[in-house]
Amino acid sequence: MKPYLRDKIPQSLSEIPDAPSYEAGYLVTKNAGWRNVRPVINLDKCVGCLQCYLYCPDGVIFKENGKVGIDYNFCKGCGICRKICKTGAIEMEAEK
Amino acid sequence: MALNAKSLNEEEYFYGHKACAGCGGSLAVRIALKVLGEKAVAVLPAGCMSAVGFNFPQLCFSNNAIISTFAGTASMLTGIEAGLRAQGITDFHAVGFAGDGGTADIGLQALSGAIDRNDNILYICYDNEAYMNTGIQKSSLTPFGAKTTTTPAGKNIHGNLRPKKNMFEIVAAHDIPYAATASVGYMNDFMNKLEKASRIQGTKYIHVIAPCPTGWGVETDSTVEIAKEVVDCGLWYLAEYENGGYTLNYKPKEFTDVREYLQKQGRFRHLSDNYIEIIKDSRDKKWEKINQNWRIK
Amino acid sequence: MAKKFLSGNEAFAEGIRLTKPQVISAYPITPQTIVVERLSEMVEDGSLKAEFIHVESEHSALSCAMGASAVGARAFTATSSQGLLYMAECLTYASGGRFPIVMMNANRSTALPWNIYGDQRDSISLLDSGWIQAYAENAQESLDLALMSYYIAEDKRVSTPFMANLDGFVLTHTYEVVDVPNKIQADKFLPTFKTENKLDLNNPKNLAFSAGPAQNTAFKYKEHIGLLHAREVIGEAEEKFAKIFGREYSGLTEEYKTDDADYIIITLGSIAGLVREAVDKLRIDGKNVGLLRIRYLRPFPNEEIAKTLKNAKAVAVLEKDISFGNEGTVYTNVNSALKKQSINIPTANYIGGLGGKNISESEIEGIFNDIENGKTGVKFLGIGGER
Repeated sequence: MKPYLRDKIPQSLSEIPDAPSYEAGYLVTKNAGWRNVRPVINLDKCVGCLQCYLYCPDGVIFKENGKVGIDYNFCKGCGICRKICKTGAIEMEAEK
Repeated sequence: MALNAKSLNEEEYFYGHKACAGCGGSLAVRIALKVLGEKAVAVLPAGCMSAVGFNFPQLCFSNNAIISTFAGTASMLTGIEAGLRAQGITDFHAVGFAGDGGTADIGLQALSGAIDRNDNILYICYDNEAYMNTGIQKSSLTPFGAKTTTTPAGKNIHGNLRPKKNMFEIVAAHDIPYAATASVGYMNDFMNKLEKASRIQGTKYIHVIAPCPTGWGVETDSTVEIAKEVVDCGLWYLAEYENGGYTLNYKPKEFTDVREYLQKQGRFRHLSDNYIEIIKDSRDKKWEKINQNWRIK
Repeated sequence: MAKKFLSGNEAFAEGIRLTKPQVISAYPITPQTIVVERLSEMVEDGSLKAEFIHVESEHSALSCAMGASAVGARAFTATSSQGLLYMAECLTYASGGRFPIVMMNANRSTALPWNIYGDQRDSISLLDSGWIQAYAENAQESLDLALMSYYIAEDKRVSTPFMANLDGFVLTHTYEVVDVPNKIQADKFLPTFKTENKLDLNNPKNLAFSAGPAQNTAFKYKEHIGLLHAREVIGEAEEKFAKIFGREYSGLTEEYKTDDADYIIITLGSIAGLVREAVDKLRIDGKNVGLLRIRYLRPFPNEEIAKTLKNAKAVAVLEKDISFGNEGTVYTNVNSALKKQSINIPTANYIGGLGGKNISESEIEGIFNDIENGKTGVKFLGIGGER
């Protein structure tokens, strides 16, 4: 299972474990705020070659209906996907 | 069937981490875990990947993962492998991810010990060619000429004066069952080496070039491109060592321009022509040996 | 139960065999070697089913033991002196990770100058590393500590690594007749190791992570409480041990003729035997003297010390270590224990046995004589007239 966002942030003494040992893949913050540009996929141009998915350091590009989608909660906007895309289906747009 | 983007395990195991945008190290770790799957028990020493992946309560590995001491990647892997085996558990991959400093400097002794014992572990060195986590200091895998914060390029000294330590052949000299070099610019090659290593008993070592945009002085979108180019210009190579022999997996028909590769990067931009010639010469000497002694695929 | 003629190292190895560690990782160093040699022989002859890992350094020995413990295996290592210092980083790592590893340390002087003989500067210099620290007096106690060590360390309330200290050569290499319990008794005493603090293929965990300023204190507080819990668990272990094996121990300290004693020497380790003899001799001369042997330096026996000393007229701490620029570390700890209970008696500190220097019975009698005459302060034994 992919690490995923949880509601509960362990804070009090009783919530903090006795040892530095905790449930794997426990996320409490997003990375969206790091981004000043965001990749936007033009699905008309996307051929589903999955190179953007393969080379994304954050793993935020996923397969969807034979093409790809992006988890903007965790995309940092590095732009590797845009550069790797052979059909020019990804554009970087400024975050507002 | 060879692994590729379409056949690769869709699950993500390293997610939500705080690595810099465009981090090559995190890409290497992500892909390796996708190949090894949920049975991977990962050890990461103090360094970039542990710093970005394990900040309680933000824990970014969905598989079993632990931080080791900086020097202790291989020795902790040994303990994990022995401890699980002693309990009758055999269906797992003990895998380590250490950077260049954690591997070629402080962790070299423990790695050598593990290979010597032929412990059943997979050790992956993600090489970004300097101590990036502490702010780009020189390691023994920093290439000749590179500017780091401890090898400044000034009037008197022009960056790092020593060549990159040859970890791949140091490891191979132990007569390890399997060692390979890779680059995050050639992902299919890396994935298939990982897959192959996961099926071999004994110690396995994969040395993967994983550019750091921050430390190399390239744009965040250039990681993959520059990781490909270092192979294409002949300063890195894709190879394997097994059964006592070396194999070159990919021979560029013609090298791309070394000067171009260097000048794209902030860390090399100070290099004058004579330094670039030294780098080219040492590349050519290395390839002479490769062409003579290694099996060429 | 069988009687055997064993050295301290061998007795400890016999004890460890009975605890059935699953992973043993060790690197040789004098005077620890015998314990790991015996354990390798036990693995070789099949009487101990453990993975014996020939690590290439002490740092790797403990790092490997942590890896094993982190997957729920019982792990053992042993070292001494420079080796202990070399693995120092892993000591705080193991305690912070709450890995209940057991380590035997053959107490030995630390360089420089080089010296292979016994003093306790190695372990005492690492008193703050978060480990339980026990000090054996003889081979029988060594074996019994080995048996009790995992019981205490692995208790969920404690979850703290355990360092059993044996004086180098004087104890590690000296032979005595030792009762070696049988396997059935040992299994009855020691439960199998169960922990949730482990990498688990059915329930994946992230371990040994970072905790920033917001949570760091909570983790460290829990580590502290865990070590304090060892006090009650040591008591429970000794009670069960006495029932099964018929030998009794007295917790963090051991008193000898202290009930009516005016003058008491506090010490630890094998030198206690000689102090006991001096006490007996001086008692014949009509002196009201006694011995308080510290068995555990961590958790520290604050209450026990205060209770034993509350009616004494003066106390001397005899120890084989020195915290340079201050005084003996045990002395500092003892003074703190007294101060906390408002026991205002004169105290003196005797630093002896460094680098294996012999401490004589007459020197011990001299210490009793000194404190009877109101002497206080820090003195070194064995440096000639100006002592």
